[in-house]
Amino acid sequence: MGMTVSFLILAILTLAGGVAAMTLRRLVHCALALAVSFAGLAALYVNLGAEFAGLAQLLVYVGAIAILIVFAILLTHSSETELQKVFSPAGIAGALLALAVFAVLAWAVVSSGAAHSAASVAAPQTSMREIGFALMQRYVLPLEVIALMLTAAMIGAVILAVRPTSGSEPAETQAPRNPELRA
Amino acid sequence: MTPLAGCLLVSSLLFSVGLAGALTRRNAILVLAGIELMLNAANLNFIAFWRFGPHPEFLTGFMFVIFSIAVAAAEAAVGLALILAIYRHARTSDVSEITEMKG
Repeated sequence: MGMTVSFLILAILTLAGGVAAMTLRRLVHCALALAVSFAGLAALYVNLGAEFAGLAQLLVYVGAIAILIVFAILLTHSSETELQKVFSPAGIAGALLALAVFAVLAWAVVSSGAAHSAASVAAPQTSMREIGFALMQRYVLPLEVIALMLTAAMIGAVILAVRPTSGSEPAETQAPRNPELRA
Repeated sequence: MTPLAGCLLVSSLLFSVGLAGALTRRNAILVLAGIELMLNAANLNFIAFWRFGPHPEFLTGFMFVIFSIAVAAAEAAVGLALILAIYRHARTSDVSEITEMKG
């Protein structure tokens, strides 16, 4: 049993979105390609039988993170900067390093038993009921920890991102910290 | 090629694309996007091993992906807030121009 056609199409969509997101010059196009890649990955999860994870991926990544990235691009005026210098000076070295990492990973996958074991497992039947029971019984402690961490992260993000209003902050931080850039 | 090996190859390709983006792009937002792609590649590995592994009824890899998505949401929110704070301070989001930690 080989890979199904739908898996191949979704994998190509996901990878094309990822490559486009990392190579396009205009940042808004990059954000769009990133959203396509995330959506393709969500479809891959559904294809592999993890419907709940696919829906969570769609909600969180396409619905929240991609939109957050678009907001960040617009707020930092990154779409208005010149398009000549999008890659860093050490870009060639970084690309070669990534290529080497892929070579090692692909060698490990191909030479391991995963490429040859012919065991085709039937799709596991997971109902929402089982997922709910697992979340409330076996994984209840990680669930609570992640809830606490999400709350802390949201408070931290708001504290970091909110512009300090003049008058409510102490005088010593009022002075421009980088006068030549503020001018 | 078995489906598991196909998933693992797709995921390693996605990881390499994310790594290349995080290492080569100048804009801090796209560096964060590359990191998100790498995280997603790891998630795909978890789903693949859960689907084709010996005990899918324990939902281990599945739950790991759910929690990993939550962690990624928190990471993206804090990371983008940091990029906004740095932009307000240094007036740039170019990682190769942000060279000093003391303002």
